[in-house]
Amino acid sequence: MSSRASAVSNQEIPGREVTMVDALRAALREEMRRDKRVILLGEDIGVEGGFGGAFTVTLGLSEEFGHHRVLDTPISEAAIAGVAAGAALAGLRPVADVQYGDFLFLAMDQLANNAAKLRYMSGGKLSVSMVFRAPVGATTRGAQHGQSLEAFFMHVPGLKVACPSNPYDGKGLLKTAIRDDNPVIFFEHKLLYGSKGARKEKGGLQVVGWVPDEEYLIPFGEAKIVRPGRDITLVANLLMVHKSMQAAEILAAEGVDAEVIDVRTLTPFDWETVFQSVRKTTRLLIVEEDNLTGGWGAEVAARVADDCIGYLDGPIRRIAAPDTPVPFAPVMENFYVPSVEKIVGAVRELVKVHN
Amino acid sequence: MSETKERKLFMYHRMLMCRMFEERVYYLFLEGRLPGTIHQSQGQEASAVGVCSALEDKDMITSTHRPHSHAIARGVSVRSLMAELFARETGCCRGKGGSMHVGDMEAGMVPAIAIVGGGIPLAAGCALAFRYLEQPNIVACFFGEGATNIGTFHEAVNMAAIWNLPVVFVCENNKYAASTAVEKVMRVKRVSERAMAYGIPGETLDGNDVEAVYQAMRKAGSRARAGDGPTLLELETYRFAGHSRSDPGRYREPEEVAAWKQRDPIARYEAKLLAERVLEPAEITKIKTSIERELEAAVAQAESDPSPKPEDCLSDVFAS
Ligand SMILES: Cc1ncc(C[n+]2csc(CCOP(=O)(O)OP(=O)(O)O)c2C)c(N)n1
Repeated sequence: MSSRASAVSNQEIPGREVTMVDALRAALREEMRRDKRVILLGEDIGVEGGFGGAFTVTLGLSEEFGHHRVLDTPISEAAIAGVAAGAALAGLRPVADVQYGDFLFLAMDQLANNAAKLRYMSGGKLSVSMVFRAPVGATTRGAQHGQSLEAFFMHVPGLKVACPSNPYDGKGLLKTAIRDDNPVIFFEHKLLYGSKGARKEKGGLQVVGWVPDEEYLIPFGEAKIVRPGRDITLVANLLMVHKSMQAAEILAAEGVDAEVIDVRTLTPFDWETVFQSVRKTTRLLIVEEDNLTGGWGAEVAARVADDCIGYLDGPIRRIAAPDTPVPFAPVMENFYVPSVEKIVGAVRELVKVHN
Repeated sequence: MSETKERKLFMYHRMLMCRMFEERVYYLFLEGRLPGTIHQSQGQEASAVGVCSALEDKDMITSTHRPHSHAIARGVSVRSLMAELFARETGCCRGKGGSMHVGDMEAGMVPAIAIVGGGIPLAAGCALAFRYLEQPNIVACFFGEGATNIGTFHEAVNMAAIWNLPVVFVCENNKYAASTAVEKVMRVKRVSERAMAYGIPGETLDGNDVEAVYQAMRKAGSRARAGDGPTLLELETYRFAGHSRSDPGRYREPEEVAAWKQRDPIARYEAKLLAERVLEPAEITKIKTSIERELEAAVAQAESDPSPKPEDCLSDVFAS
């Protein structure tokens, strides 16, 4: 399946169709060329004959920038996060990564207690300009390699959270994240990388997106309406943007015109775009791969209820993973991960009952 | 048959089972019959089997993302393992765990932990419980050399040391953590030197010599059982396959791989047992054929076993 979620596709401007992996790598490369303070830290990211990180994003960067800027670390997530934060304090712009988002829990103390709070604790006297990249999403690897963890980080004041769904946004947001003076947790979805060869993900969407050759940045806190519509608002991130778009196509054939919003960043969050959309469509379905309880969708629901309750023609609904760990067996995992069918079903209910 | 001879044949058989299981799984995976990912242990059978053969009933092991040989060596049923890899309801984790989480408490194996280093505190905790409950058992805690760079290793080994817990820390040093060579991420020459930092004995040995592993584990196990505390065993070994399903292993020199294949723990033990006349040449084919049959049956069974239902996803979150 091919999907072009990039909104900006101007034939006039020179550009190329690339995968998420290509786009992220290009962002790292450009920022490293531009600013010597940008360094990379992670496991297996720059080894000769190695993988370029778990999903090939850093492949070739140690050759170009050297091992003093592409630092292969021991398996030490707490130290990776803390060292990145420390280096940021002292003037660098580290981009660290974990091989699977699940390992963020090992880095949690450094991220949540140090990186997130040092600016505040210092009375605004310092900044922690670091990025922590983390692949998320269920991919038949089971309970410790498939979680979606955005909400944990959205809950920590002082951390910014990005979650791009396509190469164009991936590149623009990563470049912005690197230049940001705050710690940014940057989520990438395993099924959206578009990795090829041995690193290809089974069941991965072969997403390619148009990316201009010219440099661009995407500001945080600007959601994108990827499909305008009149009847219902679907708010999603990462893989769920694509599933929502598929659902919207099916619904269009039934005469239901769904508006799909890609949040792009969770912190800061573009409330205004969501509110305006809901005021227009009067119905809201939030779609996330996170567990239902306490997921980021719960926050969206609460804010929309707060701000737009008078406009709503029905309940706010959420499609999310159930409150269970990620199961291994594909039949169970397919049940766990929100499907296009579930999204379509929920939309039908919402527009039917409350028409 | 003398007890020693019986044990030797048992260890030979178990190592072969580990190897042949992994080879079978490899092909099943290539054929697309198994979902998920796999981390294989060909070449590391002597550490799994040497350690587990020195354990008693009700002793416990903890394992890693590379758990197949540990499970087989500990005596988790091959059928339930195969069924788990096939994501079946009959699998040892009922299809919920998968390759990286196989285990069976009944057989003495905590479901494998795929977070590097994540199993090490669990092992110390099981050991604490054994001692508290006055149960005469020990824990063998498997992990790779890469795991000794993570905080949990240091915290848990220290805690086990100060409390003299009945646990043996078994580091399988296969020289690489994914693509990362050990000397790039560790200043000490030997992982066993790290024991010094916690005031416990540390020993490095040939991890491809199943007899040596067995003897060292007996000794460390007796020490643990006697209440004298943990030991850190470093078993030098090598994985013949890539790190995981998608790894062609280009970060290793072909000569290095070839040299280690010369030290194949199974071939070495086979030669030794033949020389000692513990094993007769004719028996080898017989043993291999019987293992082949057992694996065949396990695969056939797994393929016809029922899949979990999609909604089974929802159960087992809480104990009721
Ligand atoms: C905390 C954590 N970080 C990273 C990983 C990804 N990962 C899986 S296995 C592995 C290498 C482990 O090396 P080692 O502990 O030596 O065991 P081996 O694979 O050699 O058996 C890595 C980095 C992980 N599973 N958990």
